[in-house]
Amino acid sequence: MDLNKLTALETFEGLRDKKFSSEEITKKYLEQIKSFDSKVGAFITLNETEALSQAKLVDAKIKHNESLSPLAGIPVAIKDLFCTKGIKSTGASKILENYVPPYDASVVKTIRESKGVIIGKTNLDEFAMGGSGENSGFFPTHNPWDISRVPGGSSSGSAAAVAADMCAYSLGTDTGGSIRQPASFCNATGLKPTYGRVSRYGVMAMTSSLDTIGPITKNVEDAAFILQQIAGRDEKDSTTPAEKVDDYLQEIKKDIKGLRIGLPKEYFIEGVDEEVRNIILSAAKKFEEMGAEVIDVSLPHTDLAVAAYYIICPSEVSSNMARYDGIRYGLSKRDSRELLDLYLDTKTSGFGAEVKRRIMIGTYALSSGYYDAYYKKAMQVRTLVKQDFDKTFEDIDVILTPVSPTPAWKLGENTNNPLKDYLADIFTIPASLAGICGLSLPAGFAGGLPVGIQLLGKRFDEKTILRAGYQYQQVTSWHNKKPDIK
Amino acid sequence: MKLSKAEVEHIAKLARLNLTDQDANLYSQQLSDILDYVEKLQTINTDGVEETSQVTGLVNVMRDDEIQESGISNELVGSAPENSNGYVKVPKIL
Repeated sequence: MDLNKLTALETFEGLRDKKFSSEEITKKYLEQIKSFDSKVGAFITLNETEALSQAKLVDAKIKHNESLSPLAGIPVAIKDLFCTKGIKSTGASKILENYVPPYDASVVKTIRESKGVIIGKTNLDEFAMGGSGENSGFFPTHNPWDISRVPGGSSSGSAAAVAADMCAYSLGTDTGGSIRQPASFCNATGLKPTYGRVSRYGVMAMTSSLDTIGPITKNVEDAAFILQQIAGRDEKDSTTPAEKVDDYLQEIKKDIKGLRIGLPKEYFIEGVDEEVRNIILSAAKKFEEMGAEVIDVSLPHTDLAVAAYYIICPSEVSSNMARYDGIRYGLSKRDSRELLDLYLDTKTSGFGAEVKRRIMIGTYALSSGYYDAYYKKAMQVRTLVKQDFDKTFEDIDVILTPVSPTPAWKLGENTNNPLKDYLADIFTIPASLAGICGLSLPAGFAGGLPVGIQLLGKRFDEKTILRAGYQYQQVTSWHNKKPDIK
Repeated sequence: MKLSKAEVEHIAKLARLNLTDQDANLYSQQLSDILDYVEKLQTINTDGVEETSQVTGLVNVMRDDEIQESGISNELVGSAPENSNGYVKVPKIL
């Protein structure tokens, strides 16, 4: 048995039944990372010593039959955007290259208190800005299915690490598609929860009105399992409402007979790869065979979502990035004793090209005289996009779409064309603007590259998209396919 | 929407970024392309449409104004590139 191929839930069961130890599992994952991560580049920091001692601690507790959290002893990889006390947390930015936070993000605290094994911190597009993993301030991540291609982004390392069996599951963030799209490119399962479902305290902010946190896993059941552990109100993040957390693992077992699945025509436009289109349509057929009803729907403002996003996101970025000023933490260029020079030199040498680009777009959009034409307008269009979904969800349970118009592209292909990179998020951004939940799961291959489907659900109705996804995986095996890394 | 090199330099200054000549030229092109694309927003009438900034409908979340010790104030101040006696040091401003 390859211990590193087990799902998180299988790992939990195996540990509980004493079939293997957490130390064995952890060592197996570390071995996998050491064998293949020089090719993939999924990790920025390995947490080997702490991981092994945590694993041994869990093993001792299991031996003495102590009661433990279901996450205990399971190796997890965490996007380097999350603050981890005592472990370098860089946001994949040179401006935080050596930053070791003195506290844990709330979700990390949950994992640590549950005796989860943090195996390492994963690579990403700098501060989560990008959709390819190439904008890391350190090195790009490669797709385990074809290392000449991108893994998607911004949770590039978190998706690649799961696909390459370098961890049992990982945590990522999704602002405009950053969990769903890399999961799709790497044949993993990725859940973007509803805005506010999971606490963001201690996770570096990018676009505060859109940022969400979620798991990337080996199957939908694991996504349900992990969400159940990390969802809920946190008084340290006042955007988390006291909305009930469902028993997802139980909910997903219910069948989907009579489930109403909407197929929006705006997601089957020109520019969508033919094979991708066919994969989504065969998935729709599969859902019908399982007793769901597939219905044509329309989300008329879809086409404006990317434009609204690329005003809202940079505007909030320009504000959020202002904190990296070389005064309180991180890089500080103090060659000159003038305060203005300190700011200029620190930001100029610390931020990468895409971060600078977004700061400038945002600064422009928010500058005197432009607010109404850009930011206000974008926030109004956001309302229209949101209303599209709310109206559709009045008589539809789940919306089925592609995650991305194409499979993974080659590294370097879009480097000098940021706009092309932005348009790759065309199918994930609308749900982000509406704050609804979305699940990306494997549904086939195009030219040997993984293709995912996206299931969108109502706010705080993760249980329904997880149920549809889980039932789909009961009758398909795409999610079990593994890359041959070379 | 064409952003001139001078406009890009002005925006960079507002954003506290230094640009080389080469950067300014490149950004002038790339930012113009992006702004051209977002012009799309002007094609739709949004008169009377409310802005959405909080999507789940939460309004101000209040709590009592009570002091809670973080227990890590020394570490937080200690993260500052220059600090002394529990204070963050900054260059002279005036």
